[in-house]
Amino acid sequence: MIPEIGHFALIVALCVALVQGTLPLVGAARGIPRWMALARPAAQGQFVFVAISYACLTYAFIHSDFSVLYVAEHSNSALPLIYRIAGVWGGHEGSLLLWILMLSIWMLAVTVFSRHLPEEMVARVLGVMGLVSVGFLCFIIFTSDPFQRLLPAAPDGQDLNPLLQDPGLAIHPPMLYMGYVGFSVAFAFAIAALLGGKLDATWARWSRPWTTVAWMFLTCGIALGSWWSYYVLGWGGWWFWDPVENASFMPWLVGTALIHSLAVTEKRGSFKSWTVLLAIFAFSLSLLGTFLVRSGVLTSVHSFASDPKRGLFILIFLVIVVGSSLMLYAWRAPKVGLGGSFAMVSRESLLLANNVLFTTAAATVLLGTLAPLFVDALVAVGMLGPTNKISVGAPYFNLVFVPIMFFAVFLMAVGPIAKWKKANVPELAARLKWGGVTSVVIAVIMPFLLGHWSWLVSLGILMAFWIIFAVAQGMWERLQRTHSDRSWLGRLVGLPKSFLGMQLAHLGVAVFILGVTVIGGYEVGKDVKMNIGDTVEVGGYTFRFDGVMSVPGPNYEATRGIIKVFKDGVPLEELHPEKRVYRVQRQPMTNAAIDSGFFRHLFVALGEPVGNGGWSVRVYYKPLVSWIWLGCVMMALGGLLAISDRRYRTLARKQREQLRGGADASVSVAPQPKPALTRAEVKS
Amino acid sequence: MKPRHKRLTFILVGLAGVAIAATLVLNAFRSNIVFAFSPSEVAAGKVPHDREFRLGGLVEKGSLVRENDGLTVHFVVTDLAQNVKVTYKGILPDLFKEGTGAVSLGKLGADGVFHAEQVLAKHDEKYMPPEVAQALKEAKKDKTKSMPATMNEGGDKL
Repeated sequence: MIPEIGHFALIVALCVALVQGTLPLVGAARGIPRWMALARPAAQGQFVFVAISYACLTYAFIHSDFSVLYVAEHSNSALPLIYRIAGVWGGHEGSLLLWILMLSIWMLAVTVFSRHLPEEMVARVLGVMGLVSVGFLCFIIFTSDPFQRLLPAAPDGQDLNPLLQDPGLAIHPPMLYMGYVGFSVAFAFAIAALLGGKLDATWARWSRPWTTVAWMFLTCGIALGSWWSYYVLGWGGWWFWDPVENASFMPWLVGTALIHSLAVTEKRGSFKSWTVLLAIFAFSLSLLGTFLVRSGVLTSVHSFASDPKRGLFILIFLVIVVGSSLMLYAWRAPKVGLGGSFAMVSRESLLLANNVLFTTAAATVLLGTLAPLFVDALVAVGMLGPTNKISVGAPYFNLVFVPIMFFAVFLMAVGPIAKWKKANVPELAARLKWGGVTSVVIAVIMPFLLGHWSWLVSLGILMAFWIIFAVAQGMWERLQRTHSDRSWLGRLVGLPKSFLGMQLAHLGVAVFILGVTVIGGYEVGKDVKMNIGDTVEVGGYTFRFDGVMSVPGPNYEATRGIIKVFKDGVPLEELHPEKRVYRVQRQPMTNAAIDSGFFRHLFVALGEPVGNGGWSVRVYYKPLVSWIWLGCVMMALGGLLAISDRRYRTLARKQREQLRGGADASVSVAPQPKPALTRAEVKS
Repeated sequence: MKPRHKRLTFILVGLAGVAIAATLVLNAFRSNIVFAFSPSEVAAGKVPHDREFRLGGLVEKGSLVRENDGLTVHFVVTDLAQNVKVTYKGILPDLFKEGTGAVSLGKLGADGVFHAEQVLAKHDEKYMPPEVAQALKEAKKDKTKSMPATMNEGGDKL
């Protein structure tokens, strides 16, 4: 009964989404207040029904209802409760439902935090999101119903993929999806602006916090995924340029460009059409990401068994979304205008460079990720003779991506301290002189202190310290300009939150670069065969293998290795890497043991038994590896700090007051034939 | 600078940037494309000797041999028509099993043995890497009649 309620709720949600995706948009175009006013209740209603549906599926999982096919395929009665809850998004159907739930949460958030927006804007934003929702609800209802019954019911479930039975992965998909789906808000704002023909600084200020929040979630999601693959896949790498990783990375790159472009649109009114285009791309790439992961068209460590029909559906949906929004863009963008002018060297031009570099980076990743598909397609239509499947390896991405990011990072230090409109090069050089010289000195000396010299390490350190000094310079100048009667701490707290957020995020990039550089240059790793009592030395630490023991888990049998770590003969730590075999799927899984310190990780993973109690063991010394994720966390926190800025709140208050005040010119929309409506009129 | 000149400079700088990026990208791309080959193609001598490629196919049952160092392994990859010997030093991924699909990345040695640098794991038991699927499909096309029925299993599950 419960699964049927869930299924029915989805259908109701689709009907509501259809209303939400049509009437408010038509209402906004024709100036029909009643139709526009439908947007909010429709979005809220949709949330309720999607939430009911999601709750039903979760209920089926918690109560191990194996008469539901999806539950039977992805759960098991022995599965711990937390993984039964997380198991909801352990497969295609459920993760799609999670996607839709996230979308409806975002829509709900828009209805709550949009009281200060003109009715028309809200109607259009929610209308566009409603259309997106229609697409996904159709997708789930017609191709991937999670509530399909299995008759007769299975005696027990096939269990959740053991790789997914991990706390890191339990929260990775929701985070990632929050980010993916969050860009739909930025997208909807952009489309609404195109439809309304009004795109100005106020618009940018509305859409900025949404974009930043989405970007934050995406940052966390990607970092979590990377952290998970680091300790669960057991290879000890943190990024593989795998198609699925790329799928999440491309929206991040474009989203990062979008955040910076929005800053210009808000502060200077420039880059308008460019901002809109980026918003369209960011969301399109999110959809593409969903397509790549779900269609199974690419070889990837992440690929799951999949159904080509589904891939086709997303592909068609993607074409409709991208095609129609780009057509709308081509039609309406000239009306939006270009905005203020600026000099060759100015903060605008530096941010433009940031945008170009980030978009180029995204394009190169896209090329590398989709090339195998292009080749397949060319073969399929006969433009290319039968050929072998191709893939593009990590060396391509490193070779292309690193130089692009080098330029981006160089400019990243300059941008925040350059003046808007027109900056002076000699003056900029003078301000960055000491930071530049010091970072060069550090970059030359530090590699020797760390062990041995290498160009790449030196370059990485140079980039990191270049940012650190520029951030320090920016902070220092800003602090000097604020009230001198307060203490330094008081002044620091008094700085605008968006400024502090930016600096923190930039510092996060520096920390990230240091992590990547040092681990790239000084990581030591060995695959060794160890018999009981054998020792191996890695990175100045001695690892002694003391054999294995069997440890039963709730739904698996683990072989736990005992490895003692010594530093200069002093015992330091005992590590317990595990090899688990899950009872249902009989699938082995490696659980690495990590001794995590701030400056280094010691990483040990069991390979296979090699006879006589010996095992092949993978041992790594990983300096500064945690800084990679620390940097990501700092970037995300920077975003959080930025959206807590006072101006977003005061702006909201001011606009509410203005709207209450009656007829207000700022609400009017130029190309509309009818006069715009204010809230007062709507109510009457 | 006049606005017209300014715009021109912007455009030129932009074009130069795009040109540099495009050159970099295409160069990197050309030298880093990895082709996938099936054991039949290896046997027919179609693969380059100095370049990395991916070898897709099934790991033949009973072919996995481990050397005394505990790390070097030898196995045979088959597309049910032809076999290729593979050698790999390191820890195999968890899901590596005899009788299932595997994709190895590496070079073909002069001795005809494939020296794998990397053996790819997958997330899902039900999933078959496209390279493996293609290799099996093509081999099957060539040899449909001569193949015993039981060996079809692997190919049909796709």
